[in-house]
Amino acid sequence: MALYSEKVMDHFRNPRNVGSIENADGVGEVGNAKCGDIMKMYLKIDNDIISDVKFETFGCGSAIASSSMATEMIKGKPVNEALQLTNKAVAEALDGLPVHKLHCSVLAEEAIKAAVQNYFENKAK
Amino acid sequence: MIYADNAATTQMSRAAIDAMVFHMENIWGNPSSLYEFGQKAQEAITSARAKIAACINAAPAEIYFTSGGSEADNQAIISAAKAGAKKNKRHIISTAFEHHAVLHTLEKLKREGFEVELLDVHENGVIDVAQVENSIRSDTCLVTIMFANNEIGTVQPIAEIGEICRAEKIPFHTDAVQAAGHLPLDVQKQNIDALSISAHKFHGPKGVGVLYARKNFPLVNLIEGGAQEKGKRGGTENVPAIMAMAAALSESCANMTANNKKILRLRNKLIDGLNKIPYSILNGDAEKRLPGNVNFCFEGIEGESLLLLLDDRGICASSGSACTSGSLDPSHVLLAIGRPHEIAHGSLRLSIDENISDNDVEKIISAVSEVVEYLRNMSPLWKDKISGKKNFVLKG
Repeated sequence: MALYSEKVMDHFRNPRNVGSIENADGVGEVGNAKCGDIMKMYLKIDNDIISDVKFETFGCGSAIASSSMATEMIKGKPVNEALQLTNKAVAEALDGLPVHKLHCSVLAEEAIKAAVQNYFENKAK
Repeated sequence: MIYADNAATTQMSRAAIDAMVFHMENIWGNPSSLYEFGQKAQEAITSARAKIAACINAAPAEIYFTSGGSEADNQAIISAAKAGAKKNKRHIISTAFEHHAVLHTLEKLKREGFEVELLDVHENGVIDVAQVENSIRSDTCLVTIMFANNEIGTVQPIAEIGEICRAEKIPFHTDAVQAAGHLPLDVQKQNIDALSISAHKFHGPKGVGVLYARKNFPLVNLIEGGAQEKGKRGGTENVPAIMAMAAALSESCANMTANNKKILRLRNKLIDGLNKIPYSILNGDAEKRLPGNVNFCFEGIEGESLLLLLDDRGICASSGSACTSGSLDPSHVLLAIGRPHEIAHGSLRLSIDENISDNDVEKIISAVSEVVEYLRNMSPLWKDKISGKKNFVLKG
């Protein structure tokens, strides 16, 4: 059996929504270089709907795949819905992750939450 | 497929496969049986013992067959420690970047009250003989230092370390798993008292190895059970694997000079090519290293994604990133030579053998260069570095 599911490999090989958004409405970065993974999410939000999302990731195969999948899951959704996204849902959408890679899906959830949080902060200014 | 992970394992040679199959089919008796059919198997392993002994300039009686390098390391270290403890000597000298078969055994001994001193291996991954000399105490019962490192390939001054140990009457063990079949081994000239070998690192089969233990090296059993291996290692001998190991080692030793000439040229070409990638660094001394070993760190990327993308391009390699080690920390070897965690995560080991071609090396260089660039382009860490928000660790 391969280390990763077909879905993980597909999102790793052909990541969706890679890149950055200039003048993004919300940006979130989590993780650190010491642990070997950093995820950065950029959100474009119109009327509380996530109209565009991009990511940049430094990390392993499952970190890149988790970022990619998470962006697909929130694109076009209301911000409040994006906040409900769990790491479990990301891992399930990828047809599972090896146990020692589950933290990658946690990072994806945290990166989105951080970006939405940043959006709310910007909005309050 | 371009196989560049020979430090992990090697393809079995034709001679090794033939020896293995021949003995499976024809010489399947138990070497301990009295009748002639069993004794044929005994004769076979006696000849293998002599062949292997000749490859390392030992006496056949000093060759013990084991299940591999890890068992040999465990047995040599535990034996020397037990002998030392009897004389109230509980100090062991080793290095910070040994294989885990050595390090974990030493940790176990530490919990049993031994004092383990791990020598610093410097940024080039080579220890000084003076470090060993200065660490030796009246209660030192063992010095165990690897012949060549399995990740960065650096070769240690084994003969000189052995000379000091000999003068101080301290047993000296070396884990020669990466060196056997690739570098000349001579237990006399190199003053070695115990040495570990694993067959699958030199085109032999997996699951078989050798512990060389000098006549006066006091071996204790890890496996009880029978009179095999002079009572020091119970269990019916794995005759086909032993025969294949002997065939593979003889062949590797006979072809060593010619093979190394080719491998060295291609390895240097590989190093020169990868050195052109900005913000990269060769790990381990450029000269004092195994002929087939190349190990680099690339700033701003993570090793596992690099390996997966190289695999997609048909290249088999390995990395010391945390994600490939199955733990939270990257390779202890890269940390031991002073690479920060962030840099150690972006490591790549390519270990080539004589079957590689110029064309393969060129393909590897272009594939690695492309993949590193691709991964850097999606790395927020890399972006922060090129925009000046964060400092580079390596030179451009």
